[in-house]
Amino acid sequence: MKKGRYGIHGGQYIPETLMNAVNELEEAYNYYKNDEQFNEELTRLLNEYAGRPSRLYYAERMSEDLGGAKIYLKREDLNHTGAHKINNVLGQVLLAKKMGKARVIAETGAGQHGVATATAAALMGMECEVFMGEEDTKRQALNVYRMRLLGAQVHAVTTGTATLKDAVSETMREWTRRIEDTHYVLGSCMGPHPFPEIVRDFQAVISKEIKEQLMEKEGKLPDAVLACVGGGSNAIGAFYHFIEDESVRLIGCEAAGRGVNTAETAATIATGKLGIFHGMKSYFCQDEFGQIAPVYSISAGLDYPGIGPEHAALYDRGRAEYVAVTDDEAVDAFEYLARTEGIIPAIESAHAVAYARKLAPQMAKDQIVVINISGRGDKDCAAIARYRGEDIYE
Amino acid sequence: MSRIQEAFQGKKAFIPFITCGDPDLETTEQLVYAMEKEGAAVIELGIPFSDPTAEGPVIQAANLRALGGGVTTDKVFETVEKIRKNSRIPLVFMTYANVVFSYGTERFVKRMKETGMDGLILPDVPFEEKEEFDSVCREYGIELISLIAPTSHERIRMIAEKASGFVYCVSSLGVTGTRSEITTDIGEMVRLVKEAKDIPCAVGFGISTPEQAAEMCRQADGVIVGSAIVKLCGAHGRDCVPYVAEYVRSMAEAAQSV
Repeated sequence: MKKGRYGIHGGQYIPETLMNAVNELEEAYNYYKNDEQFNEELTRLLNEYAGRPSRLYYAERMSEDLGGAKIYLKREDLNHTGAHKINNVLGQVLLAKKMGKARVIAETGAGQHGVATATAAALMGMECEVFMGEEDTKRQALNVYRMRLLGAQVHAVTTGTATLKDAVSETMREWTRRIEDTHYVLGSCMGPHPFPEIVRDFQAVISKEIKEQLMEKEGKLPDAVLACVGGGSNAIGAFYHFIEDESVRLIGCEAAGRGVNTAETAATIATGKLGIFHGMKSYFCQDEFGQIAPVYSISAGLDYPGIGPEHAALYDRGRAEYVAVTDDEAVDAFEYLARTEGIIPAIESAHAVAYARKLAPQMAKDQIVVINISGRGDKDCAAIARYRGEDIYE
Repeated sequence: MSRIQEAFQGKKAFIPFITCGDPDLETTEQLVYAMEKEGAAVIELGIPFSDPTAEGPVIQAANLRALGGGVTTDKVFETVEKIRKNSRIPLVFMTYANVVFSYGTERFVKRMKETGMDGLILPDVPFEEKEEFDSVCREYGIELISLIAPTSHERIRMIAEKASGFVYCVSSLGVTGTRSEITTDIGEMVRLVKEAKDIPCAVGFGISTPEQAAEMCRQADGVIVGSAIVKLCGAHGRDCVPYVAEYVRSMAEAAQSV
């Protein structure tokens, strides 16, 4: 099989200008991933700084309310900076530092990855610039301020639909402008090889912990693992160590926006087709001539027209399932988890909670569902209030 | 020898780029005739893409204008058919992998052959991924143009050995767009290419003035100019043809003065 392929997906569809940079990254990663000192440093950062391992919490009230499977919540929302993004970022920024880079750049949708990157850059003394769609800088104004507070420069991207895909494009353009001293901290398991592999490996700590924690609490594997999917980094992290365990259903929850039968959707598996974009072959929302579709979701973090190549391959071979969850269902789930468990999830993660509300009641009481709560919802409160007609602003 | 390579015989080649359908496809057709008349050796026709990651703001905007005007891949092919009734100038498509892939790579390349296109440039398809497209191009006699960049270094030999048509030498880091200064050692890039293969080298990215065109042609076999022309199309809309013609004349003269 060719380098960086997941079935037919993946690859390195990028300008020649970047090829030596990704080759250099691949070489460095292959060295450091087996380097004892690197792994010790990273583990120390994850544990002492980010607060790992994150809790696997038995959601008793939710389980009782739904009347089916036992529900566990993997609390990635409790990580430092409030989301799973920090797992990948600490790994990549540490790697960049080892590679002698002085500057990191990143795209961000909801702002969580941008905040995580700005945080790691502050911690490790690196220059940081974040590209964020102008639309998202409005939806997530608080995160823009957080990034600035952490010393990062935030660029509002006005091209295209001014959302996540345009932020990715602009960060790629910036990388071709300045490569020598700069590492692109890609935030999801997407883009050209080796990014999908690097991001997956750094996020795989999620499923490694779930497996150990559940074994300790229940003495068995879960029956289903649910996670929201935009590019798919928290999902691939939550799935990875269960891929070989065929009894575990792996369910990715895509953002259907206003519905998969409308144009206002970001559900790639449900509505996309095979294509080549942002460095990879995978599924993309696009028109018949291959023009990338202007996708929509209430969740800035899932508002992306593609999906990581490993998810596309897991879908092709029927190992993982992908379901679509609408804005309405996600907002209901956001409120539901707040009231039932006293946990306000990110609106992204609420997509997985929404599907669990449908799935768990159909399962037996001795079965187990794990929902990856990929982030916390503080950043979304103002937007959800507005969605419900309350006129509040940060 | 292919029609593209013939264009480099005995003179330096000036290669203008326009985005198809900016401002409309009728103007695109007229621009091709005018640029041929004023001394273009090869013409690059951009098929617009929604998210052109290798382009700077000028060509990005042209892509969006063209798509906003309803340009599709099929309509671009129809325009090429019309052009081919009146012109034999070598024509090269410049677009993104997904435009070709989503159309069906074989269907796309076959249609290129049928309509009389000569070559294809895909800036998001590097050496490592080119076989997927090049195998089809070879079958239909279409030349897939390879790019080398200031960062290519030891990759140049490998790329040049498998190159066809001409080698597109990217002059600078970053995306397309005019630059006041080009600092890359173009002469060295060209020398490394020619060491591996006897193939014409054209320099693109950042070139806008006749002085730059002449300077680049002293070191290479031709120059490619996009953003400076697209800027004129953006500024003058459907009246852009005489402005572009005049500009192309000055640039082609400068290139050939070397």
